[in-house]
Amino acid sequence: MDYLYHILIVCLIYAVFAQSLNLELGYAGLYNFGHIAFFGIGAYTSALLSLSGVPVLLAMGIGACLAALAGAIFSLPALRLSGDYFGVATFVFAEMAHLFFLNQRDLTGGPMGLPNIPRPGFTGSGVESLPYFLAFVLGGALVTWAVLQRITVSPFGRALKVIREDEFVAQALGKHTFGFKTQAIVVGSFFAGSAGALWAHYITYISPSDFSLQETILVLLCVVLGGKGTNWGPVLGAFAVVFFGEFVRFIPIPPEYTRFVAPAQGMAYGLILILMMLKRPQGIIPEGRRSRKC
Amino acid sequence: MLTLNQVSKGFGGVKAVEDVSFTLRETGISGLIGPNGSGKTTLFHLITGFYVLDRGTVHFQNGRISGLPPHKISQKGIVRTFQQTRVLPFLSVLDNLVAAVPGQLGERLFPLFFRPGKVAREEAQNREKAVSVLETINLIKMKDAPAGDLSYGQQKLLEIGRVLMADPELIILDEPTAGINPSLIRNLVTILKDLRDRSIKIFLIEHNMPLVSELCDEIFVMDSGRLIFSGSPGAVHKNEQVIQAYLGRESEA
Repeated sequence: MDYLYHILIVCLIYAVFAQSLNLELGYAGLYNFGHIAFFGIGAYTSALLSLSGVPVLLAMGIGACLAALAGAIFSLPALRLSGDYFGVATFVFAEMAHLFFLNQRDLTGGPMGLPNIPRPGFTGSGVESLPYFLAFVLGGALVTWAVLQRITVSPFGRALKVIREDEFVAQALGKHTFGFKTQAIVVGSFFAGSAGALWAHYITYISPSDFSLQETILVLLCVVLGGKGTNWGPVLGAFAVVFFGEFVRFIPIPPEYTRFVAPAQGMAYGLILILMMLKRPQGIIPEGRRSRKC
Repeated sequence: MLTLNQVSKGFGGVKAVEDVSFTLRETGISGLIGPNGSGKTTLFHLITGFYVLDRGTVHFQNGRISGLPPHKISQKGIVRTFQQTRVLPFLSVLDNLVAAVPGQLGERLFPLFFRPGKVAREEAQNREKAVSVLETINLIKMKDAPAGDLSYGQQKLLEIGRVLMADPELIILDEPTAGINPSLIRNLVTILKDLRDRSIKIFLIEHNMPLVSELCDEIFVMDSGRLIFSGSPGAVHKNEQVIQAYLGRESEA
């Protein structure tokens, strides 16, 4: 039962994370390969603040806001690049963040990471806190879903799609494309930071290796597999990817081969990602093309 | 209206537009013609801000617009179509139109959460308007289809419809009738005449000469980046320079 709680909590945190990426990738068409950086900024900020005595909820809020601020600052130069070049810049940004976490030992603890991150007071700690933490994460995921639903099924979301489909048309229609994209990144980074903070306070230990390229691919897979440009798609994708990862643990593998499991899993994710993009780019839940009431 | 003053643009060594100056008449339809590669589309890109001028100025309604980014120029009331149709293929036909309304309250995040009633009312009005535009351009049956499913000609009409949604003061059309069948052309001509009668200014590039003669109140002719003629459609056929531009110069030998 505790194991199921654990899986559901991880699923929901990834659901928040995937939805935040989907706002940028699915709606605004911004191929952000460095989304993990904002997840990491939220996680480290919230962990460091709570370790120095700030109440956990406040620390999480500040972590999310700092991630949003980082998103705003990052947008200014990065959004001057278009298409693939933007993707490269996001990738580099994530690598910078990763190196920062790794090397600023005085602040982040370097490769040893940060242990003993507190859980929120009302959930308690230890195994018996799991159902409460699950309820907390579920609440966060529902709020995220509702806010993103409001933002995307609206004239704002439609303008993002116009920009995604044809940036010149958007400009010809008077849309300030830079402003829209910046807002998408700021909101996306805010929720990525929230997901990171949830992660830090759930796992209670973070280290730079949690915020590497591998995780970027994982969240990208959640969005592409589930269906980008819909709000249910990334949620479904997150559940599918996390459950698949847990399922692999139960495959009976002879002990002498276990060291190959993790790399093989990474390769499998990459392969699924490529296959999805080639064979079913719309994902499991395709984006509805009928016009909906906003 | 729209005034160009010594507008120039080069790409490397090629002078695509050179020293073009003119003022559009206040009302009616103005046409821009010229052989392929004479700089017409470049000129349209310069007016709408998609290219940055090398030299010269563009003024619209007494304000300078050259140097502004495309979305600012659009917000000032100059809305354009593109030579290659550019509908938003994955959005529904209706959404293609509603999205074209400028300055929507619901496109800003704060009102979206704190003034939902007003956003919803505005959205309802915009959708009503989109339906009436769809009736004008005869695409009402395709309302919910993705715009990518429309035929080429229908996509051209949808682009015109999108311009109408923006309530512009000046409409700039880059070859509106290219590649569409004669019955749709008649449909389009009716729409353009109707707009003219509602005193919306139109400036278009067109190759179909009978159509230009029928629609336009004044004509500008470009050749090799320069403006070689401006005047009435009646006079253009008799102009020596224009004939040379289209048919070539007689050999001296």
